[in-house]
Amino acid sequence: MKIVFEQTKGLTDIPMRYCPGCGHGVVHRLVAECYEELGVQENTIGVAPVGCSVFADEYLNIDMIQGAHGRGPAIATGIKRNLPDKLAFSYQGDGDLASIGAAETLHAAARSENITIIFINNAIYGMTGGQMAPTTLLGMRSTTSPAGRTVAANGYPIRVCELLAALDGPVYLERTTVDKPAGVVKTRKAIKRAFQYQLEGRGFTLVEILSQCPTDWGMTPLQSLERVRNEMTPYFPLGIYKEPEDDKKARPKKDAVKKES
Amino acid sequence: MYQGIIMSGFGGQGVVSGGILLAYAGMMDGRNVTFFPAYGAEMRGGTANCSVVVSTDPVASPVVGSPDTLLIMNEPSLARFENSLKSGGLLILNTTLVSSRPARKDIKVIEIAGSEIAERIGNVKAANMVMLGAYAKLTEAVRLGTLKESIKKVYARANDKMVELNKKAIDEGGLAA
Amino acid sequence: MSERILMKGNEALAEGAVRAGCRFFAGYPITPQNEIPEYMSWRLPETGGTFLQAESEVSAINMLFGAAAVGRRVMTSSSSPGISLKQEGISYCASAELPIFYANIVRGGPGLGNIAPSQGDYFQSTRGGGHGDYRVFVMAPKSVDEMANFPRICYDIAFKYRIPAMVLADGILGQMMEPVTFDFDPVEADSLSIPDWALRGSKPEERRVVKSFDLRPGKMEEWNYRLEKKYDEIKAEEVRYEAINTDGADLILTGYGTSARICETAMAQGRKEGLKIGYIRPITLWPFPTRIFRDLAGKIGKFLVVEMSLGQYVEDVQLSINGRSEIYLHKRPAGGIPTGEEVLEVAKKVLSGDKSKFYV
Repeated sequence: MKIVFEQTKGLTDIPMRYCPGCGHGVVHRLVAECYEELGVQENTIGVAPVGCSVFADEYLNIDMIQGAHGRGPAIATGIKRNLPDKLAFSYQGDGDLASIGAAETLHAAARSENITIIFINNAIYGMTGGQMAPTTLLGMRSTTSPAGRTVAANGYPIRVCELLAALDGPVYLERTTVDKPAGVVKTRKAIKRAFQYQLEGRGFTLVEILSQCPTDWGMTPLQSLERVRNEMTPYFPLGIYKEPEDDKKARPKKDAVKKES
Repeated sequence: MYQGIIMSGFGGQGVVSGGILLAYAGMMDGRNVTFFPAYGAEMRGGTANCSVVVSTDPVASPVVGSPDTLLIMNEPSLARFENSLKSGGLLILNTTLVSSRPARKDIKVIEIAGSEIAERIGNVKAANMVMLGAYAKLTEAVRLGTLKESIKKVYARANDKMVELNKKAIDEGGLAA
Repeated sequence: MSERILMKGNEALAEGAVRAGCRFFAGYPITPQNEIPEYMSWRLPETGGTFLQAESEVSAINMLFGAAAVGRRVMTSSSSPGISLKQEGISYCASAELPIFYANIVRGGPGLGNIAPSQGDYFQSTRGGGHGDYRVFVMAPKSVDEMANFPRICYDIAFKYRIPAMVLADGILGQMMEPVTFDFDPVEADSLSIPDWALRGSKPEERRVVKSFDLRPGKMEEWNYRLEKKYDEIKAEEVRYEAINTDGADLILTGYGTSARICETAMAQGRKEGLKIGYIRPITLWPFPTRIFRDLAGKIGKFLVVEMSLGQYVEDVQLSINGRSEIYLHKRPAGGIPTGEEVLEVAKKVLSGDKSKFYV
């Protein structure tokens, strides 16, 4: 019999405990497939954050370290500077990366630290029960913005890729989604590209993945996917924000950043 | 024997490097020594100063509150430290840059034209060495010869000419005292 | 072994760490410890090691968390407010059992305080400092020579027990220069074996995980008992102290670090004058040398504690003596530095039976 699909050996056999419809499981699989495919699974060290994916060490079948809230880029820096031949990545959510760990993110990017960040942006604090995140959209309800986020009270959501693109340090920045198969394929490609750049020693790479949180958004999984498409992508446009010049020329024009209408 | 010394002057007069040389020479002479700089906010503006202790017994604190000896290189330093000197203590005054004289009568004052002597032998920056030479001559804390021998060890980057000039300055200080 | 050289405390500490095998340093500028990162910035690259000026104290300790997890001998340093910021990371290291070495060159507090020498961080150092039930191995040097030689002991303990180890010093010990002799041969960092727990990348069946938490019911309690067992072993095996002239003394002077050397001088002067004064100085603040105090409690009538803080160290002395001797305290916070004469004067008052001011 011909095998057409196999589960990646990059994941353990432990069943994931993420909520139905959550994006973490999909992204975990993509990350695992990428280091497996690149043949570096035994030379990869992952950093798990604080947040829902605090359990990533149980699922990703590699050497893992779980660190303090927001400090993934600093921890990955400590690893990579001492083991420059290994693949080091930090897996982080929006509260972890863009709120409490904003300084670490910014400075790892500015140093062009040769690490990769997998950034899950679902616009909410998931594990703590649905509080407002630095990427929560205007008008969006959360347990700490029950009437919806307002500019007056909370200011604006942070666009991480755009912010980091202003720095000279980052080598590769791309924003994708996992709301439909095409997005999943594109996300996989982006993660693999980021890992490849790191293995080539090029510098800081980050893939921002817009994801859904049906539980804390109070939606069905399908409704949550609609929100990603209809509400999140207009504010957080998909596309490549930074890439090496030589690769830019080789890339089809349609992948370019779509400007917000 | 216990000598608590404060050396004070403008930044650039070699107060800190002079203090280190003194401590080093004391160590070479088999004494217990400490060197303690004024650090941080204190070192910006005003006087630069440091404390050196040279002692036959172990040194408790490197902080010298009431010095046995003051090496005063400029005017503001005299005003700042005169009153702290122990009764009967030694004050070595760089008269080239200090025009006033101490009001106290219970101390021993030695006037040395430190900067003038240093300039005469080749470089005004060696005034700190003139002061130290005078100090070595006047007390038993450190030998003048050891001070000179220590120059090469403490100022590793000094060329032969500078080493010779500094040695000469120490000798001149000794003579002037 | 090496020759006797004149060194600044902060630089001696940095050089001592490098000679003890340190190959990674991350830190942030703060007075009075700046000579440590400055020294490391040129010294570590000479050894093939890495120096990183981090964007914050918090980032620095987390860089250490990562670097320690791959088995390196790592170091950070700071002064009081900066060490406060690092506490979460230190707690993580303690829980994840990562060996790290750090130094606190204490300044006056609370708040921004000042940059003067102080011993105000005794509680922070010996009571954990961060959140949760944990301990840190704390050494208190009293001289630049000890600043140079204690890092090696800290690394040995840190790796033997997989625990954070620190040097608690102050602005005096950091800034002063004194003669130094390194009493150990430099450690060849590359020849150190990689601990089996260190992350290196591995086959799936052998993969390692470094973490500081377990959310399963009862598991974190077990985790804590495991740490406690280790702490008990350290308490039994790793206490270090100095005790001089305690036999038949009427009064014991006691202090740590800078205060200790001042007590020592006061004792020497007092004995010259015929006073029966002894001296105890803890070298490890945790584990605390409880037994020496306990053994002398009741036999020696009076203990005079000297500290450059408002009564922190005295609490450990009180706990050890447990009411069986009189305890007196001479305290000078946030830049107040006692002199030998000052301490001897207090000692004389105490010996004369004066309980008016210093009795606690």
